[in-house]
Parts: sequence; C-alpha cells; structure tokens
Amino acid sequence: MIYNLPFLTVVALIAIGMYAIIFKRNLIKIAVGITILESGVNLFLITLGYREGGVAPIFTNLPPGISPDQIPEKMVLPVPQALTLTSIVIGVAVLALILSFTINIYRKYGTLDAGKIRRLKE
Amino acid sequence: MNVMEHLPALIIAIPLLAAFLTPLVDKISKKVRNAVVFIALAATFILTIFLVQDVFENGIMIYVMGASNPTQTIPMQAAVPIRIVLEIDGLSAFMALISVLIALIGLIYSFSHVEERGGKFYTLFLLMLVGMLGMELTGDLFNLFVFLEIASIASAALITYEFKRGSTTEAALKYIVISSIAALFVLFAIGLLYGEYDLLNMAAIAKAIKITGLSNIDMIALILFFAAFAMKAGAAPMHMWMPDAYGEAPGAVSMVLIAVTQASLYALLRMCFTIYADSLHVVIPAAIIIFGLISIFIGVTMALIQDDIKRLIAYAAVAEVGYILLAIGVGLYGVLNNEVELYARKALQGGIFHIFNDILDIGLLFLVAGGIIYITKERNLNKLGGLAHSMKYTSILFLIGLAAVAGLPPMNGFASKIMIYESVYKVSPILSIVAILASIIMLAIFVKIFHSVFTGPKISEQKDVPKLMLASMIILAALIIFFGLFPDIIINNVVNPAVNALIENAAYISNVMG
Repeated sequence: MIYNLPFLTVVALIAIGMYAIIFKRNLIKIAVGITILESGVNLFLITLGYREGGVAPIFTNLPPGISPDQIPEKMVLPVPQALTLTSIVIGVAVLALILSFTINIYRKYGTLDAGKIRRLKE
Repeated sequence: MNVMEHLPALIIAIPLLAAFLTPLVDKISKKVRNAVVFIALAATFILTIFLVQDVFENGIMIYVMGASNPTQTIPMQAAVPIRIVLEIDGLSAFMALISVLIALIGLIYSFSHVEERGGKFYTLFLLMLVGMLGMELTGDLFNLFVFLEIASIASAALITYEFKRGSTTEAALKYIVISSIAALFVLFAIGLLYGEYDLLNMAAIAKAIKITGLSNIDMIALILFFAAFAMKAGAAPMHMWMPDAYGEAPGAVSMVLIAVTQASLYALLRMCFTIYADSLHVVIPAAIIIFGLISIFIGVTMALIQDDIKRLIAYAAVAEVGYILLAIGVGLYGVLNNEVELYARKALQGGIFHIFNDILDIGLLFLVAGGIIYITKERNLNKLGGLAHSMKYTSILFLIGLAAVAGLPPMNGFASKIMIYESVYKVSPILSIVAILASIIMLAIFVKIFHSVFTGPKISEQKDVPKLMLASMIILAALIIFFGLFPDIIINNVVNPAVNALIENAAYISNVMG
C-alpha cells in the first residue's frame, strides 16, 4: 500500500488538474490546473525511476563499500530524471507563455472570465 | 566530414541555429537578417531534397545522435538502443519535404510585409519549422514530445503576433492550453510505455509490443496518444481551436500552421501503423473514420455561416483534415483486415496524396486571404467587394485555389479526392456519399466568397498585392496545376514510398533493432 502512495498521488494530481482545466472559468485557475496536471505527470516519471536504496549513477562519487570495478547493482538509471528535468523546463516556458497571454487578454478585455471574453464563438 | 552522412542532424540543426542567430543579426540590418533567414531555409530545403532522394532510393536512413558511428543504433555492452535515434523512412521524408517546402513559400510571402518586430517573427517561424521537422524525423518518443512542445510554443506565439487585436491572444491562449494538455497526455503515455518496457525508442517499443502482445498498459497509452494527436491534428469534435488559430494568425503563419497540424497527424500515423500496427483493435480505424466524417460535416456546415474570410477558410481546412482522416482510417481498416490490395493501398495513396494537396490548396487560399486583408484592412465578407477590378492576379489565383479545394478536375484536389471516393466506397457507400456531398457544398461556399469578394462594382481604388506575395502564391498555384495534370508522377515518385512505409512496418523495426 505504502509503495502505491506516489501513484495514488499522481492520480489525484492529474484529476485535480483536469478538474480545474475543465470546470474553472478563471484563466489564472486554468493555468494553475495545467501546472498541477504537469506536476502529476512529472511525479509519475520520477516514481518510475525510484529504486529503494539506489545510488546515483556517478562512478567517481560512489558511497563507501561499493567497488567501482563493476557496475553496482543499486545504481539507478538516470533516464526518468532526465526526462523530468526536461519536462519541468518546458513546463516553465509554457506557463510563462500562458500567463503572458492572460495578461494581454486582461488588458484588452478587462476580465479574466473565460465565459465573457469569447469573441471567437461560431 | 561527410555531409550526406549527417543530413538528418543538419536538417534540424541549421534552422535551429539560424533561429537564434536572427535576433542578433536583426540588430545589424534588416536586409542581412532576411538574407540569413532565407539562406538557412534554402539550405535546409536543398538538404531535405537530398535526404528525400536518398531515402526513396536506398530505404530507411538512420542517424544516432552522439555516437561515434552514426549508424550504430545499439551501443556495445547494451541490448537496446539508448541514444536518441533519428529514423527517416518514406513517410518521414515525405512529411519533411512538405514542411520545408511550405515554410520556404511562407517565408517568401512574409518577406513582403513583415517589418515591425521582424527579428522575433523569423525566430519563431524557424523554431516552428524546427519543431515539425524534429517530430517528423525522430525515432525517439521523448524527442517527439520535446519537438511537439517546441512547435506548439512557437506557433502559439506566432498566432498572437498581431497582439493589438485582442482576439488573436484569445486564439493563441486556446491553442497553447489545448497543446499543453495534449503534450502532457503524450508525456504520460510515454511514461507508461517507459515503465513497462524501459525503452524510449519507437522501433524498439514496436518490437516489444509485437513480441509480448498488447497489454492493458499499452492500451491506456494508445488511447492517450490517440486522443492527444487527434486533438492536435484537429479532428472534430476536438477541432475547436483550429478555426480560431488559423483564422487569427497572420497570412503565411496560417499556412505553416497546417504543416504543424500535419506533423501531429504524422505522429498519429506513426503510432497506429508502426508502433501498435497489427495488435490494434478494429475500433481504432473505426474511430478515425468517424472523426473524419464528423470533421467533414462540421467543416462544411460551419464554413457556410462565417462572415470572416480567414475563419471561413479555416473551417474548410477542418473539412480537408476530415478527408485525410477518412482515407487513413479506411486504409488502416484494410491493413488490419489483410485487404491491402483490394482497397487499402488506394485509400492510403489518396490520403497521403491529399495531405500534400490539402496544404497546397488551403495554403493558397490563406495566402490570398492574407493578401486581401493586407491591402484592404478588412476581414468581413459583407464589406468586401469588387476587388477583381484592381487585383486581377489575386482573383485568378483565388479561382485556382477554389477549384482545387472543391475537387474540380484539372486541379490536384480532384486527383486525390477521386482516389478517396473510389476506395472508401468499397468499405461503405455512405462514406463516399458524405465525402462527395461535402465537396459540392465546399464549391458552393467558395463560389459565394468569390462572388462577394471579387465581383461586383468597384468599392474603392486598391493596389494589387506586393510582388513577393504574388510570387509565393504563383509557386503554390503552379504546384497545384502540375499535381493536377500529372498526378501519376507525384504518386509514383513521392506518395508510393510513403504508403509502402506505412503498410510494411517491419523494415522500420529491423533497421534499428538489427
């Protein structure tokens, strides 16, 4: 059960994010929803890469007692971490873009309510 | 260094470097900036032609990033591909050719009028091209996600390029929200596949799925991929961002956005035909066919009631995506049922050919509409009129685009649509009836626009569009007529390698996995 906790958190985060995106009308809240959704996905990637008692894959900085001659069994694969870092960086860029659009929309329309700014309807 | 060996990497690297060089050169002089951008894109175009030729002659081309030998996919001491692999088969090459060609034409068009904040415009323009080329050339799932995001961010910023009109930002916000949700779906699906197989390489995952069969996790991942890419490809009922984005973006950007959309369509094809291939359930082609029919129907009916010229063409673009999806769905259905020679090959030929024709036809109409808006500063169809008096060439070009998009015989739209009608008829006559009817309505819509925009008494004295604008439109019109008169040349030389790559996916796997 306790090992499934991160996965349950992932599900909860994705559900909260989707809820905010679909049901909230405030543009800032939609941006927050996207960020929460993204955190859920990032947590999922990180959880996939977790190994209990694993060591970082750096040969020159191994903990004492592990021989550097062979690849230690506990060494984790760094791919999920690399994916997560990339995804975080992209997420920051997207969030900045969404917020800058929101600022421009607020300047033009004077409101953040998605229901009131719909000029492009049909 | 052997240039031919490094082609795939160079095709992505040259526009990427030029993109970040542009704002610097912009400080020196506008002319130098335009020259740099043009040279970079022309070089990419020439290299892409070399690449396409090589792929069509010698089969799949592999390039491993960061390896001492760019064709060694699996490093020593490893059993699976670890590095990022670019893998270019017939379909990737075909899509890359379209993207670069359209970007080049769009660039020539933009040179004529983009002056204000031009440095930023061309940076984003090149980044958008990098994004779609990366999506089309890569053989790595995570790489696909990164390039998808690059393309989305650059396109969203370009849609709101004329940010003084509030509605452009509204369209861009819709686009980036939809894109980032789709991209997160893709990332989650990649995580699921990575958790199951420890692999990111598409060919390796395809092989693993082939060996172990379709598990539940694969199915969840497939649904996420399918939803995300169908949303990004603009399949109705997930098309709502498309008319906004296409309608509000500046002239050439609307046209290049079609290529971005088609890069997502390419990713959808890659998922269905290569990665999941034979383990797909028949419900997937059925879903693609239904999405196609809904897109055609919504596209033409919504186009009927539009007042804004660009928004109207954008709805026609939704319908054109529907035709492609219809043909692809029927093709996939045939491939899964082992009825390739009966109708699936023809449907796929029609669908793939229509990808090219769609972008030429709708692209030409977007360019003409952009020219009209540039000259008259007016987008409303009811307020335009009598432009044929002063814009002779533009009106002729619009007629060509109109005939092509409605599928009238001497144009390219007819060549691919007749193949689609013929082949989908074998699955169900209703499909062809809907397709033909929609085509007729499309003709009616565009005749209506032609009537209200170009004919009638002269309202005001106008110049014709700038020369570079006209030149880019003439290139498109020439391609449209050429494709319409000699469809065999295009189908045999360009479309067939792409179709073969779709039908025979074993080569895609064996080239990486040995």
